[in-house]
Amino acid sequence: MSDDDLNRLAKALQATPPADPGKKAAHLRAALDNFDSHQERPADTRQTNTVLKGVSAMFDKLTTRTGLALTTGLVTAGAALLIVLPTGNLTQPPQITTQPEARVDDAAERDEMLIEPVVEPEIALDAAPTLAAPAPEAFVGGAAQSLAKSRAATREAPPRILPADPVLRPDTMDTEAFPQAEPNPLKITADEPVSTFSIDVDTASYGIVRQSLMTGALPPKDAVRIEEMVNYFPYDYPAPDADGAPFRPTVSTFETPWNADTQLVHIALQGRLPATTDRPPLNLVFLIDTSGSMNAPNKLPLLKQSLRLMLSELRPEDQVAMVTYAGSAGQVLAPTSASERDTILAALDRLDAGGSTAGQAGLQQAYATAAAMAEEDEVSRVLLATDGDFNVGLSDPDALTDFIADKRDSGTYLSVLGFGRGNLDDATMQALAQNGNGMAAYIDTLAEARKVLVDQLSGALFPIADDVKIQVEFNPATVSEYRLLGYETRALRREDFNNDRVDAGEIGTGHSVTAIYEVTPTGSPAELTDALRYGTASDTPAAFENELGFLRLRYKQPGAAESQLIETPIPAHPTDASDDARFAAAIAGFGRLLRGEKLAGGWTYADAIALAGETRGTDPFGYRAEALTLMRLAESLTVQRP
Amino acid sequence: MNTADESLALAAARGDRQAFASLLDRHYDRLFAFAMRLTGHRAEAEDLTQDICLALPHKLGGYRAEARFTTWLYRVAVNAAHDRRRRAATHARAAAGWADWELNRQAANAEDAAALDWLAQVMRALPDDLRDTVALTLGEGLSQKDAAQVLDLSEGTVAWRMSEVKKRLRALHQQESQA
Repeated sequence: MSDDDLNRLAKALQATPPADPGKKAAHLRAALDNFDSHQERPADTRQTNTVLKGVSAMFDKLTTRTGLALTTGLVTAGAALLIVLPTGNLTQPPQITTQPEARVDDAAERDEMLIEPVVEPEIALDAAPTLAAPAPEAFVGGAAQSLAKSRAATREAPPRILPADPVLRPDTMDTEAFPQAEPNPLKITADEPVSTFSIDVDTASYGIVRQSLMTGALPPKDAVRIEEMVNYFPYDYPAPDADGAPFRPTVSTFETPWNADTQLVHIALQGRLPATTDRPPLNLVFLIDTSGSMNAPNKLPLLKQSLRLMLSELRPEDQVAMVTYAGSAGQVLAPTSASERDTILAALDRLDAGGSTAGQAGLQQAYATAAAMAEEDEVSRVLLATDGDFNVGLSDPDALTDFIADKRDSGTYLSVLGFGRGNLDDATMQALAQNGNGMAAYIDTLAEARKVLVDQLSGALFPIADDVKIQVEFNPATVSEYRLLGYETRALRREDFNNDRVDAGEIGTGHSVTAIYEVTPTGSPAELTDALRYGTASDTPAAFENELGFLRLRYKQPGAAESQLIETPIPAHPTDASDDARFAAAIAGFGRLLRGEKLAGGWTYADAIALAGETRGTDPFGYRAEALTLMRLAESLTVQRP
Repeated sequence: MNTADESLALAAARGDRQAFASLLDRHYDRLFAFAMRLTGHRAEAEDLTQDICLALPHKLGGYRAEARFTTWLYRVAVNAAHDRRRRAATHARAAAGWADWELNRQAANAEDAAALDWLAQVMRALPDDLRDTVALTLGEGLSQKDAAQVLDLSEGTVAWRMSEVKKRLRALHQQESQA
């Protein structure tokens, strides 16, 4: 009888009225507002910044980017580089740190919630009506749409170097900043036969793409950099001879997966494999951001774990120092031999996040420390670990990049490790790494930390070739149109190729670099432009009709001032493509889809999945399997939002 | 795609605004229904839900994925309800809540109305701790084990509470039949 009572009570209790839609919307809005103000940078600060400081911020940005352009040749005539940057972190007022309070509460929360891990399947919680989870954007609604629109508008604007009016992106949902660069346009060989760019071994973009997809959202289009996605994966390209050039180029040509009438020219550079036994001693200065914004499980704690992992790979003759920056910069570990693990680990454990970021002072101290450690035949590198939040003590953003470029010439390298999302200033990270002859990687999981800091330790830390530039001259007799996939932020002017003063990317031991062109053979039905009525002065000697083009590479031995040249023709006949090359093509196609480009032949995620699955190979670390998972996630997210 | 609540919650804790928005949207209705079961009064339930929504951005900072997200959320909700009860000014109102439990009363027929009166009578008769337990087990359909996790009690205590509820129901039943 009492069980009847219980059933009756259960039935009555379950008949709750639905929530009032108006109240619901109001509550959700209020919660999101609170969410914003709970983040490190309160929403109203952003607003103030946009309104009051927008113009000055823009000019600061402009000078920064111009400075960059001068050193890296970022702006070329044809590349549509828009310098309408989102309001960045560079000119922010000191952030309000709510973290200490949060920490106290966290501890309390944990104590309250001593709950064992649950392994049982989900019980019937669905008695109360739940909405099928909509795509996140659908809910964020207005803000997301207006952001998307403003991005779209930016994209449709004609290419220009300077913004016509001082309108910054009106509202940033979060404060992440990505460099905005258009996908490389189609080039007509007759007009512009030469394509020049710097290599790029960064992989940060892939990490951001993965993090977005794993949490159920398509990544921001500007965060997708095809070359960084392609270069994320290890490839088994032919290695150079022991006593030749430090790297070896391999060129293959094969049919484009998404267009039977065009071909992909796949250029692979394989760096010399590490001679692990006789590497020079390393001087590593960890420059660690301990600002309040680093106080998240996937930032400082992950960084500590990552550095612990890396420590086990170092040798007694290597030296480690640690400098933190937060409010004021300080050395927390004097140069210490890597064999003194306990000392180093204890210093790591003492790190605690709090305060705001004094990036510049920190960098200066880190470089000073590195300079003091340097001896003949040693490699010095500053490893900057940050969530990209350089917002205090940076009165002159120009000075920062200039400073780093200066130090690059003095032989100290800089690598940037990005942590966390939300206010990751991807653009600044890129700028720092590009100017510091380093690499930028984004670390979101311990597995990624292992990949970047342990498996690729040698490559990340020992440069074997500096200022590596690629120049391809296409043969108008065999190629009518071409397009470089990716490397938008790495374009160089044609004349910069032979100018040894122009900076470019570096290759480390064991690194491989991939660049892919999509080319349209002359006379192919895929040609998008018509032939000129009066033709061109066709003076291509017949002897070259078996060549698609000519590949030139320039590089410097580390520390050398003069560059060396490698030249090789690109054969016109399709070659056998390795699985590695075709996998790289699948990733490039995946990147283009994520950027929202429509591919010829209706090539979709499903095709990318098929191709990547087919060419996966042995995949000992599971990187390619993970890429397949990401492709499937992207596919399901896209189906939801046609 | 159905991203697990737990990873959304962790992303939100790290500052991912979209993750927070979709997480809250996904759980709002459940949260409101639970608040309704705890309070028995629409206005009170709406206020409670709002309290929870406003506190979540901060609370999420302490979410460590040690428990299922729904378990954690129920716990936050129960704590928020305690907080409201503790505030003396609202206490009278909360206690009065079940007096005018008003589930779609206009549309309800006499039989439903009777059922609701009975529900209000029962819930009013229960002390806060039993009412919370009933809302979780009978209202939300949690097992005693899960309810124990939410309330940070042993499973035995929840079982005891439920038997206590049964006793009181029986007593009520007897009163009814005597009346």
